[in-house]
Amino acid sequence: MIPELGHLAMILALCLAAVQASLPLIGAWRGDRQWMGLARPAAWGQFAFLLFSFLCLTQAFLVDDFSVAYVAKNSNSALPWFYKFSAVWGAHEGSLLLWALILGGWTFAVSVFSRQLPEVMLARVLSVMGMISVGFLLFLIVTSNPFARLLPQSPANGRDLNPLLQDFGLIVHPPMLYMGYVGFSVAFAFAIAALLGGRLDAAWARWSRPWTIVAWAFLGVGIVLGSWWAYYELGWGGWWFWDPVENASLMPWLVGTALLHSLAVTEKRGVFKSWTVLLAIAAFSLSLLGTFLVRSGVLTSVHAFAADPERGTFILIFLLFVVGSSLTLFALRAPVVKSSVGFGLWSRETLLLANNLVLVVACAMVLLGTLYPLVLDALTGAKLSVGPPYFNALFLPLMAILMLALGVGVLVRWKDTPLKWLRGMLLPVLVVSGALGLLGAWLFGDFHWAVLATCLLAAWVVLAGVRDLLDKTRHKGLLKGIAGLSRSYWGMQIAHLGIAVCALGVVLSSQYALERDLRMAPGESVEVGGYQFVFDGAKHHQGPNYTSDRATVHVLQDGREIAVLHPEKRVYQVRAMPMTEAGIDPGFTRDLYVALGEPLEDGAWAVRLHVKPFVRWIWLGGLLMGFGGFLAALDRRYRVKVTTKAREALGLTGVQA
Amino acid sequence: MKRALLLLPLALFLVLAVFLYRGLFLDPAELPSALIGKPFPEFSLPSVHDSARTLTAADLKGKPALVNVWATWCPTCKAEHQMLNQLAGQGVNIVGVNYKDDNAAARKWLKDFLDPYQLNIEDQVGSLGLNLGVYGAPETFLIDKDGIIRHKYVGAIDERVWREQLAPLYQELVDAR
Repeated sequence: MIPELGHLAMILALCLAAVQASLPLIGAWRGDRQWMGLARPAAWGQFAFLLFSFLCLTQAFLVDDFSVAYVAKNSNSALPWFYKFSAVWGAHEGSLLLWALILGGWTFAVSVFSRQLPEVMLARVLSVMGMISVGFLLFLIVTSNPFARLLPQSPANGRDLNPLLQDFGLIVHPPMLYMGYVGFSVAFAFAIAALLGGRLDAAWARWSRPWTIVAWAFLGVGIVLGSWWAYYELGWGGWWFWDPVENASLMPWLVGTALLHSLAVTEKRGVFKSWTVLLAIAAFSLSLLGTFLVRSGVLTSVHAFAADPERGTFILIFLLFVVGSSLTLFALRAPVVKSSVGFGLWSRETLLLANNLVLVVACAMVLLGTLYPLVLDALTGAKLSVGPPYFNALFLPLMAILMLALGVGVLVRWKDTPLKWLRGMLLPVLVVSGALGLLGAWLFGDFHWAVLATCLLAAWVVLAGVRDLLDKTRHKGLLKGIAGLSRSYWGMQIAHLGIAVCALGVVLSSQYALERDLRMAPGESVEVGGYQFVFDGAKHHQGPNYTSDRATVHVLQDGREIAVLHPEKRVYQVRAMPMTEAGIDPGFTRDLYVALGEPLEDGAWAVRLHVKPFVRWIWLGGLLMGFGGFLAALDRRYRVKVTTKAREALGLTGVQA
Repeated sequence: MKRALLLLPLALFLVLAVFLYRGLFLDPAELPSALIGKPFPEFSLPSVHDSARTLTAADLKGKPALVNVWATWCPTCKAEHQMLNQLAGQGVNIVGVNYKDDNAAARKWLKDFLDPYQLNIEDQVGSLGLNLGVYGAPETFLIDKDGIIRHKYVGAIDERVWREQLAPLYQELVDAR
């Protein structure tokens, strides 16, 4: 009964989404306030029904209702309760419902927090979000109903959740990622609404900024969690594979990064308007493209959902509709008049433009690398995959250019900066970071150009930030001045620090990682990178829904025991799937990583040992960027009466939007 | 002119959409095999169970068969193994090619996880695998009663692959007998 209620609620949510998508838009066109007013209650109703529907599915999982096909396929009575909960979004149907729910949640949030928006604007924004919701709910109901029953013959037990997904990382990774993907729909809706209304002004940029930043931060955190999960769960010790699905999440993040910088220019200076709109459309389109790539099976990947041409066709049609119509609208309505506001060569505008160019080129390059195999296959039938060498060779230099520009970008002023002043500011930064770069390269022993360059660039970014901080507080004195700086300024500083930390982590962990694959019998020990690994043999161990061989490895440094690791080789009973659980001793400056391979004779095992310096910094950097984003979004100016202030700033009168 | 430039993103997207559409009907896991329609390559290799016994291509004739390339070093094969046991239980004729593997480990595997194979060819140096164009394990070839290769599947066979790709073909070959 409850699954049927969930199904019904999903259909009612679709009806409300249809109302939300159509009537307010007509109302905005005809200037009918009552019709426009429908947007808000429709959004609330839609969210309530989706939440109810989601809870119904959750309930089916928690009480082991295996008559529901989706539950039977992805759960098992022996599964611990928290994995039963996360199994709700463990496969295609349920994760799509989560998608829809999060979209409903974002819509709800927009309708609640945008009371200061002009009525027409809000009606248009909500109606665009309603259209997206209609598309996804139709997709859900027509092709991927999670409530479909297996009746009358329902199985006695379920086929269990994919063991790869039975993990904490996978409880939190998809919701975070979807918060980001779906969050870009808000920026998208604002852009479309502005195009429809024909007004792309600073107020528009200011409204969409906090939403964009929050979505971007969620997406970043989601990507970090995914990478962290791959690191400890797949057992290869890698943290990024340039896999199509990873790329699918990286592309919207890159464009989203460009977008939030471009929004800053549009808000403050009123230039790059068309470009910003295009980026807003692109960020969400890439999120949709990611959904398409993951769920249609056009590309092979470690975490693609089951291939299904029917579903693929549906998403493609939807993609065509959303992206095609928004780009058509863009072509028709984007302003072509040259902006009256000019800016000099050494201005923040120029540097942010450089930032945008680099990020968009990086994204295009990832897109090309991801889709090239597909295009080649379609044209010639040849099979080929573009591997990490392509991505590394192009992506890393681009990021280096980005960091170089970043250092200048935080210091230059809007409109124009006297070159002499800028030189005075940057020269000490350059000298000190050059010294620090050399020091870093010397400190780590083995000389690598990459290490020298990265240490230099990281120092450059951080010191330029510090220099700007000193400059900002020069009148009031450091302590007093620091207290007066806004949250968005701190957010920016922290996010930029995150870039530097992340870059250091990436380069140091890949340059200085040590890895040994070897056979180890109980009692044997081996030295890797100054650490003594002592293998104590493996014991049989019974988990709730798996059996495992659990090894004990003692790690000694200078004769003192510093860690005991328990790598495992698990076999999950229901799916008979072997899984590797790495034993990891995390540390600020290095990770010790032990994974079990295959059992050999006499209790010996094939063992893989890694020492990974600074690998945590990769995720720490990512989290710093995300934290910076959230902090910036909490800035006061987004909470005070925005409309009036923005209007005052622009010297506009009249309230009609 | 400026307006026309704004159409560029739309045009690029439409080109992309065409490729995405084509991509829907291509299977990225399907590696084309030049061997489809050709006889199974000649070989003369020992049986996994009995090194003294020599198997040749002639041993594969008479009945349609699934020729499954497997190895104990391949975790995907372990995942696939249950499915093969199930198929063997249904009477499907499965021939194994133990690819670049250790004989003792292979025998132990077959004892521990049951043996779905009617015949099992030991291809220790991978010469047969080379002739078959094997990229990795598991790969499965469907051959007819005359030993002609009819289909190739790369990756683990699961319920869905069997139901949708292999079962109809196999049934057809059995019925044609």
